[in-house]
Amino acid sequence: MGKLAKSPWLLHYDGSSCNGCDIEVLACLTPVYDIERFGIINTGDPFQADILLITGGINSQSESVVKQIYSQMPNPKVVVAVGICACTGGVFKTCYNIKGGVDTVIPVDVYVPGCAARPQAIIDGVVKALELLERKRADYAAQKKTAEGEGGTDSGTYQ
Amino acid sequence: MGVLPFLIGWPVLIALIVPFLKSERARSVTVYVGAGGVMALAGALLVQWLLSGGVVMSFYEETELVDHLMLAGELVLMALIVFLSFKYRKYPVALLSVAQTAVLIWTEMAFPVEPASHMKVDGLAMLMTVIAAFVGSFICIYAVGYMKAYHHHHTEYKDRTGFFLSMLFLFFGAMFGLVLSGNLVWMYFFWEITSVVSFLLIGYTRTEEAVRNSFRALWMNLLGGLGFALAITVSAAALHTVQLEEVVQAGAPIPIALLALAGLTKSAQLPFSSWLLGAMVAPTPSSALLHSATMVKAGVYLLIRLSPAMAGTMGGTMVSLIGGFTFIACSMMAIAQNDGKKVLAFSTISNLGLIVACAGIGKEETIWAAVLLMVFHAVSKSMLFQAVGSIENILGSRDIEDMHGLLLRLPKLTYIMGIGIAGMYLAPFGMLISKWVALKAFVDAGDVLLVLFLAYGSATTMLYWTKWLAKLISIHHTKVEAKDITRKDQYLSMFLHSVCVVLLCLLFPLLERQVVTPIVLQIFGSAHEVLSMSVLTTMAVMLISVIFVPAMMFLVTRSARRVYVPIYMSGANKGDNTYFVNSFGEPEHLYLSNWYLRFEFGMRHLMRPSLIFSAGLLIVMLCLIVGGAV
Amino acid sequence: MTQVLSVIGYLLLAPFAGGLLDGAGRIVSARMQGRKGPPLLQPFYDIWKLFTKQMFAVNSVQLLLNLSYLVFLAVAGCMLFAGADILMCLFILTTADMFLIMAASSDSSPYSTLGAGREMIQMMAYEPLTLLMAVGFYLATGSFHVGTIITSEYSAVLFLPGMLVGFFFITAIKLRKSPFDLSTSHHAHQEMVKGITTEMAGPTFAIMNVAEYYEMVLMLGLVAIFFINRNWWSWPIAIAACLFVYFLEILWDNVCCRVKWKTLLGSCWIATLLSGGLNLLILMLIR
Repeated sequence: MGKLAKSPWLLHYDGSSCNGCDIEVLACLTPVYDIERFGIINTGDPFQADILLITGGINSQSESVVKQIYSQMPNPKVVVAVGICACTGGVFKTCYNIKGGVDTVIPVDVYVPGCAARPQAIIDGVVKALELLERKRADYAAQKKTAEGEGGTDSGTYQ
Repeated sequence: MGVLPFLIGWPVLIALIVPFLKSERARSVTVYVGAGGVMALAGALLVQWLLSGGVVMSFYEETELVDHLMLAGELVLMALIVFLSFKYRKYPVALLSVAQTAVLIWTEMAFPVEPASHMKVDGLAMLMTVIAAFVGSFICIYAVGYMKAYHHHHTEYKDRTGFFLSMLFLFFGAMFGLVLSGNLVWMYFFWEITSVVSFLLIGYTRTEEAVRNSFRALWMNLLGGLGFALAITVSAAALHTVQLEEVVQAGAPIPIALLALAGLTKSAQLPFSSWLLGAMVAPTPSSALLHSATMVKAGVYLLIRLSPAMAGTMGGTMVSLIGGFTFIACSMMAIAQNDGKKVLAFSTISNLGLIVACAGIGKEETIWAAVLLMVFHAVSKSMLFQAVGSIENILGSRDIEDMHGLLLRLPKLTYIMGIGIAGMYLAPFGMLISKWVALKAFVDAGDVLLVLFLAYGSATTMLYWTKWLAKLISIHHTKVEAKDITRKDQYLSMFLHSVCVVLLCLLFPLLERQVVTPIVLQIFGSAHEVLSMSVLTTMAVMLISVIFVPAMMFLVTRSARRVYVPIYMSGANKGDNTYFVNSFGEPEHLYLSNWYLRFEFGMRHLMRPSLIFSAGLLIVMLCLIVGGAV
Repeated sequence: MTQVLSVIGYLLLAPFAGGLLDGAGRIVSARMQGRKGPPLLQPFYDIWKLFTKQMFAVNSVQLLLNLSYLVFLAVAGCMLFAGADILMCLFILTTADMFLIMAASSDSSPYSTLGAGREMIQMMAYEPLTLLMAVGFYLATGSFHVGTIITSEYSAVLFLPGMLVGFFFITAIKLRKSPFDLSTSHHAHQEMVKGITTEMAGPTFAIMNVAEYYEMVLMLGLVAIFFINRNWWSWPIAIAACLFVYFLEILWDNVCCRVKWKTLLGSCWIATLLSGGLNLLILMLIR
């Protein structure tokens, strides 16, 4: 495994979950599952996160928030949708305020189904995401190289 | 040394001319010429003194005519105070003034002393003259532009700019006279002038608050003046001399303690701090002048003069304890202030406290530190006051909260403020080095209480400066535009000040070897190396790193490719970093406040206990000294 | 010659020593909680990863202030390891921290500004003891010079036991250990996201981490000079003492919850007064 895969920091965002999956995500941190073994840290900060882990479906209110948080995560990054609501919208899919799964707003890399998703499944999903992350890192490095070669820049101003 | 009378007379002359000039242009030109003249005369005196070897020199033994004139002047001052105090129904003030004048006249009648030199030029006096002349002149130049904007802003006050400028010049004359006098009676005369002029300056706006504060300043300073007059009486009666130097050599405890009391009131130490805090109501140039180069420095100047006599005595303990306590108490109270000028005022008092504590210990090292602190403080503080005044004229507020993100709105003024603040507390600027030496000297003197005061006091000092600096450099884009209306002469003064601060730091070893050590030598007759060469080298390394590291990093990071993203506001950022979406789905303006810890460090909680403690300390110590001597 | 070697050694090895200590600390911490914990080299993986990430910034000055923080910490450490003046070294440490505060406040974001405010309170809390400690060394050994302090006949700790206790308090602040990790924390779920480091992404955050390792070694170096004297056997004792202090900090981190700033300030100042102030008083009396 490469650099990123050894140190994936994740940001947990609760879209509109019933908190069932959230409890299971937190369960992963406990001594029974101990995800820190993989170097995973549950950071609360998009600026320092590599994996965006979302539970629950996306509604109209959380849509812009998810988009902004995603935009504040530096590349390379992956998104893991945890639980059936985050994957497709689940039982809430036809509600008037629900847009659907996370993939209706931002690109999702790994889907972890379940209601609620079991900790083992979540860890499995995250470990799968690590492989993707590593691949994205290689892509990103290559892209950066070509961009530098062409003298291009990806900086903009923000006020 | 023919320059001496001109140095005192020239500003007085300008002070007499300025109020009668009706045209604004003529007034400005006169002030420029006056300020230039003061600087030139001070420079001439300095050159003359250096050419004649830079030794202690005394002048004017036979001055009967001048003595009579001074007596008349004192009576005039007394009459003025009595008149004003009756006008504003502050009768006790009149009593104080009459009492001290009476004491002085009685002394002169009852205890004639041998004629001796009245004026004395030595290193310390010369240093004070140069500081007052240069810092003060720049303040006057600044004042010309400032007062225009001030009255533009405050149409409710009567425009008495001519009077204001005239008082500033009068202040110079008095200040030069004060520091160059070797005779206590002469010194007392100039001392009274500074008290009265500061009173007139503080009351400039004639609002109720201004009148109240100006009278508070007056009675406190007159109390000190009374102490001064009594000291003259005691020394004339018991020691048969009114020469400061001889009084110090004799080391008589009562006159020394009374003079120290005068010094404490003038330098606004607790429990007399409130007059300087109240002085904030006046226009900024007067605060700058009172706080930096003149008024309060006259107090510490006297204390430094007294220091050889205070070392290891009860009086010295009193002064150093009061100073140390003022240092920590006022730096704590500064934390809870959000008014920029109030913070500066508290910081002035607290820094003076440190100088006073150094003077009270009265060892070579502490005087070394005290003189350096005085130099750095005068320049930095004058600059900070001017910058805050300019900011106030632009923003219409001197609230530190309103200075959020000033770096983007008023970059030039922010840099000036930044240099001033860094000069006040950051390593390796002068204040910190002096603090370092003071700490070592306190330890050597075995004063554990002062060491504790200094340790805690520097921590609190750091907090209030850091949070101000942090506020200034926030990169925060507001929609409110600020138009820089600071005039050229204001910038000239502030720019020269900032150059001066940087130069003082860069040329620190030179300053130390050429100026401070000779002064200590003249006061104590001996001086040993306070800073070893290795420390100076370390300091040079520090100075270079503080200036060059950020600059270097700027160059290093300039080419770094960065992607700019909005700041984190839990995903609710509206995209421009100034608004976020609130729970109603509406945009809400982001407001970031500083920490003020009002419930812990507020003036309301700390002022009264500090006053009671320091007043009690002062009274008990004075009683002990008088009782011990009688 | 030894001076140059020790400075170069510090500059080159401190990040590695700090990283290893951090990795070991994380394992010990996990074991205390009944977990297995990350690999020993985890901090290096983290930093390596951070350096490869995209460079995000919220303004143009953050990075340069952060770099200045790193450089000043390194300078402060160099002064200690070169055997220079300990008071100057502590002053520079304060200056370094100032740059971190400036970096955080320049973001002008709610969380980093709060973090910066708390960092200032932390500085105010630990500053008195650092000064008193330097004074203590001066009284115990007659010099502010580290070079002289470590070649004196007896270990300074014999005269300064109170200072060491107080220093243990402030080390918790400097190493960002609970109960004093107010401004930013190594643990997740802080009430204000990541405090001062909230807007630091990728390489910028990596710089901050490296700076923390320099700081960690510097703090342990300060612990060491309490023990080192002119005898060779004091060196292993000093290293053991450093490791023990570090272990105690981890233990403390695990058994205490985070306190409010008032408790932090009050407890630190009182601890300073009781341990440092009393120690100083006794030293002055017996001198």
